[in-house]
Amino acid sequence: MRITAVLGAAFAAGVLSPKDVFAAEWSQKVFDAKSLADAVKALGSDKFEVSPDVAITGPDIAENGAVVPVSISSKAPGTDFLAILVDKNPSAMSASFNIPAGTEAAVTTRVKMGATSNVHALARANGKWLVASKEIKVTLGGCGG
Amino acid sequence: MGNPMRIRAGVAGDTVEVKILMRHDMETGQRKDPTGAVIPAHYIKTIVAKHKDKVVFDANFGPSVSKDPFLSFKFKGGAAGDKVTVTWVDTSGDTRTDEGTVS
Repeated sequence: MRITAVLGAAFAAGVLSPKDVFAAEWSQKVFDAKSLADAVKALGSDKFEVSPDVAITGPDIAENGAVVPVSISSKAPGTDFLAILVDKNPSAMSASFNIPAGTEAAVTTRVKMGATSNVHALARANGKWLVASKEIKVTLGGCGG
Repeated sequence: MGNPMRIRAGVAGDTVEVKILMRHDMETGQRKDPTGAVIPAHYIKTIVAKHKDKVVFDANFGPSVSKDPFLSFKFKGGAAGDKVTVTWVDTSGDTRTDEGTVS
């Protein structure tokens, strides 16, 4: 009786595997990239361009690198992917977002920064990779310890 | 089972703004404890938000997203009273799902 119950629980756990829930694959290669260029390459392209359609907003100076609010957005038609990258972090890619039809290409989140660095907003619109950048100065790093 | 999320969703016209506050250490794997041992990485990797069984937002996180991650985004086609369901999965396979009501 007890064995049956355990098997049943294991089966239920298998059925409810979180892998079934998610559409986009989390890629180690993308999150290991050391620079914006490497990350774009890991995402399957070799070129990107600076675009006025993409915007990034954040503080000019972040007192605490552990919590830096960053907003990114894209006005380019057909934007289906956005990402935030921090140049000087151990890995550049911080977070990436898939934007389904009907969802605005604008996201706000908070990232950690180890040191003063350029922060990039990366967007994919109709297969083209577009970038906007902003330098954020950090007075106290958030990645050490 | 992780800590509960706080989910707020407000509608203006037909656009719903969703704000999510997750509770998670987001440990990078780069820090050391006082004895010098590396604290293993432990962070949220994937987040999916659904409205009426349709995925309206889908994010991948690396370790450099801040502790207790905050996210906000907007989608069209929602109305007051609708539910928005958010699920995250972290590096240890732990997962958490919570629901917010559009107001």
